[in-house]
Amino acid sequence: MITTFTPIEALLGGSMIGIAAVALMATHGRVAGMTGILTGAIMPNGDWGWRVAFLLGAVAAPVAILLLTGGSLPLQADLPAWAIMLGGLLVGIGVTFGGGCTSGHGVCGMARLSVRSVVATLTFMLTTFATVFVVRHILGGF
Amino acid sequence: MLRNLAAALIGLVFGAGIAISGMANPAKVLNFFDVFGTWDPSLLLVMGSALTVTFIGYRFVLRRPTPMFDGRFHLPAKRDLDLPLIGGSILFGIGWGIAGFCPGGAIPALGSGEPSPLIFVAAMIGGILLANGLRAVSARRQSLA
Repeated sequence: MITTFTPIEALLGGSMIGIAAVALMATHGRVAGMTGILTGAIMPNGDWGWRVAFLLGAVAAPVAILLLTGGSLPLQADLPAWAIMLGGLLVGIGVTFGGGCTSGHGVCGMARLSVRSVVATLTFMLTTFATVFVVRHILGGF
Repeated sequence: MLRNLAAALIGLVFGAGIAISGMANPAKVLNFFDVFGTWDPSLLLVMGSALTVTFIGYRFVLRRPTPMFDGRFHLPAKRDLDLPLIGGSILFGIGWGIAGFCPGGAIPALGSGEPSPLIFVAAMIGGILLANGLRAVSARRQSLA
């Protein structure tokens, strides 16, 4: 499936992700890692109100954009449900043991020049690259 | 109250950034990794700009004595490159490459009302609970031994 290169949207959206990460550190002293925020919200260990608030804000964002622009959020996930479920299960297990994901390790951790985050990010990016290659060019897709 | 309101607003900016950048769209994410196929370099600019803004912003923020609504900065203290870090990151990479959703992309994608992020997030929460359960069991076994 072809998607077009969208440099302006990528730079604008990426900068907003960065602004959110800096703001969460400035206000709550927390890493804006979706893995940690979500885990703390579903397995409450005290101090979970701000996590739920952050998650609700994140889910509300596309709704707000849809209402403001009247457009539609492009979301192409024409994969069989079993593949989406398998992917979700592996991601959930992986980010728990790996201690973070694209936002936690890839943005916040790398910005702190954490060696663990740099190694984790290189590891999952290379693995994702290899997985997409195997799925699309060896198995011929799902 | 103000603390939670601030978190909701920050989540809104985060989610809007994900949606605008296209990272809530699995096709766009998977195409970034498909260099020998339908390559779309957008994700590189998303990560590059997010990282640049955070890198610069953190320099100023972490110089302050405390955050606005907390007594201290909660920064990960672990330093070692252990098996869970590497193995977990490999599993995450395989899952990301199969479904095209990562946690930061899938949560805002729930707001689209489409079924696929819902399926993904439900399975991901199952994986998080399973892995945390496994970790608790192995920690208990180690403390008994």
